[in-house]
Amino acid sequence: MAFAHTLGGTRYVFEDLRALLARATPFRSGDALAGVAAGSAAERVAAQYALADLPLRHFLHEAVVPYEADDVTRLILDTHDSAAFAPVAHLTVGGLRDWLLGQADTAALTALAPGLTPEMVAAVSKIMRISDMVQVAQKCRVTTRFRNTIGLPGRLSIRLQPNHPTDDARGVAAAVLDGLMMGAGDAVIGVNPATDNIETVQRLLSMLDEVRDRFDIPTQCCVLSHVTTTLLAMERGSPVDLVFQSIGGTQGVNESFGVSLALLGEAHDAARALKRGENVMYFETGQGSALSANAHHGVDQQTIEARAYAVARRYAPLLVNTVVGFIGPEYLFDGKQILRAGMEDHFCGKLLGLPMGVDVCYTNHAEADQDDMDTLLTCLGVAGVTYIMGIPGADDVMLAYQSTSFHDGMYARAVLGKRPAPEFEAWMDRMGIGAGEAIPAALSPALIGLA
Amino acid sequence: MSQLPSSLRRFTPARVGLGRVGTAQPSAAQLAFNAAHAAARDAVWSVLDVPALEAALPPPVLRVRSQARDRREYLLRPDLGRRLHPDDAAMLADHKAPGSLVFLVADGLCATGVQAHAPALIRAVAPLLPLPLGPVVVAAQGRVALGDAVAEALGAAAVAVLIGERPGLSAQDSLGCYLTWAPRIGRTDAERNCISNIRPEGMPPAEAAPKLAWLVRAAMEQGETGVALKDESPNLPLLGP
Repeated sequence: MAFAHTLGGTRYVFEDLRALLARATPFRSGDALAGVAAGSAAERVAAQYALADLPLRHFLHEAVVPYEADDVTRLILDTHDSAAFAPVAHLTVGGLRDWLLGQADTAALTALAPGLTPEMVAAVSKIMRISDMVQVAQKCRVTTRFRNTIGLPGRLSIRLQPNHPTDDARGVAAAVLDGLMMGAGDAVIGVNPATDNIETVQRLLSMLDEVRDRFDIPTQCCVLSHVTTTLLAMERGSPVDLVFQSIGGTQGVNESFGVSLALLGEAHDAARALKRGENVMYFETGQGSALSANAHHGVDQQTIEARAYAVARRYAPLLVNTVVGFIGPEYLFDGKQILRAGMEDHFCGKLLGLPMGVDVCYTNHAEADQDDMDTLLTCLGVAGVTYIMGIPGADDVMLAYQSTSFHDGMYARAVLGKRPAPEFEAWMDRMGIGAGEAIPAALSPALIGLA
Repeated sequence: MSQLPSSLRRFTPARVGLGRVGTAQPSAAQLAFNAAHAAARDAVWSVLDVPALEAALPPPVLRVRSQARDRREYLLRPDLGRRLHPDDAAMLADHKAPGSLVFLVADGLCATGVQAHAPALIRAVAPLLPLPLGPVVVAAQGRVALGDAVAEALGAAAVAVLIGERPGLSAQDSLGCYLTWAPRIGRTDAERNCISNIRPEGMPPAEAAPKLAWLVRAAMEQGETGVALKDESPNLPLLGP
């Protein structure tokens, strides 16, 4: 179905929903690379007008990726909860924006989540400013549990990311201890292994579990290997808390990651069967991955990203984060584009009911620096982001990109009056963390092999 | 006996034990980070000194361009960095080198490492190669797949693309080497073998040379590169894109 809007005497026509969503998207380099961006600033606003007039019901009848060709589309439409959708079923996209900003309260947003599709959420974000998205996201509450409780009001959790270029156990342990000393690690202690080698992954899993056990930390650990490697590690009896996987918003991009919905379901069941905790999945996403895998079907990168959240919510994850600036300048060119994308991803994830965190990050070939990250981090903190990353000095020496530091996490909590997850906060008090500069005796490096 | 977090520094190159002022990093740590980021940023925008590179390479050396006109376009349009400038395709057709291994030396995401380490690697590997060395081609604003277009125009049996890797805060001179057997336009990254992190503090060119020669011999015997080329050398990484 075609859409049209006349602006300044020019009639702009959009051939289908896919085109309408893409042209309405605030400018970013990845949509230009894909050839789907608006041709002018005026065309973009015309698309936003037409999109604002679109009834939400339309999204249940026109898929941006064909139902027959894509299992993510089937997942979205087959699991849509029409009872939950009922309170907004009469609204347009513009009407939804007004409703979200006006009358919607936390209870209404929680009840609505299963009734929204990713495309509806992406659509409304395209006609929202950052302040709009902050206000609405702040009203969302998503709480998940493993060994502690993530997402409670007034809390900001941190993933401790202690990567090492050669997966050296002592190097990883040193970064873990440094992060714990600054209050990081309540979301997860999660290592990206330098290789996906099963023996390495098992060694890291055992090491992290031992550190957690010796210090008696109420948190969860994760080695971010491919889901098939984690399945194998579980088969071999390794202590797996969370199953990690990168996912995307089309069947094709998931195939490029070597995963299917069935495989994710299998991993979810296997981890639940271990009875170590309740929410057992950890997903990462990021705008641009579908185009990078040539699996975007002519859909803009932000809409595809929101569709990845439909995949995530299927498996009741403990944590989901977009790795917003990792992909590079051909998708998000500069600090401005990374800022907008990070705020969109957090907003869309929260509205769809996910425990949404953000890896506030950039690579050295993007036009961005720590000032841009500080801005995004602060905006996300105000919006109520569930968790952020904590990396020694913001410099990931394995993945060669910059994220947020342990210091940045302390900063965000301090200026926003946020606290760690309650169980973790009580543990920090017990251990004497924050009392002085020296490492407390209870956290002696010798206890974890750092003599 | 209490310890300071700075005692953790000996276990990892990560920026641990920085200390803090309030919740912030002390000035010295912050400036050290800024200096490392500045070096990485400058490396991304560094420009190949082509005459100096040519002088350091074994002749004959040919110069080509991709279709990306400048650095900004190169960063925004990876597709253009993979395509050969039409004038240069015609030029290469006059230098056919059938059956040879062709080197493409390209700036990639950082010219510094290419400038510093590519000549040493090529000179070290040349005597070890099981097939003739074709011309060395130097490209500005090039990506890995540009090697397919260059090698196809030359009629080469294989191409080794030596290209600058994305600079990090700790290293701004890493060279990547991508080997493709029977190169032609349209080959995917899964059809290549890679040796990465070639630099004096990573894998020195003198160590990378025998690994590359091993890969070339294996590719020649098997008639292909990529995931199908089973790596039997335990220390040799067989990497995807």
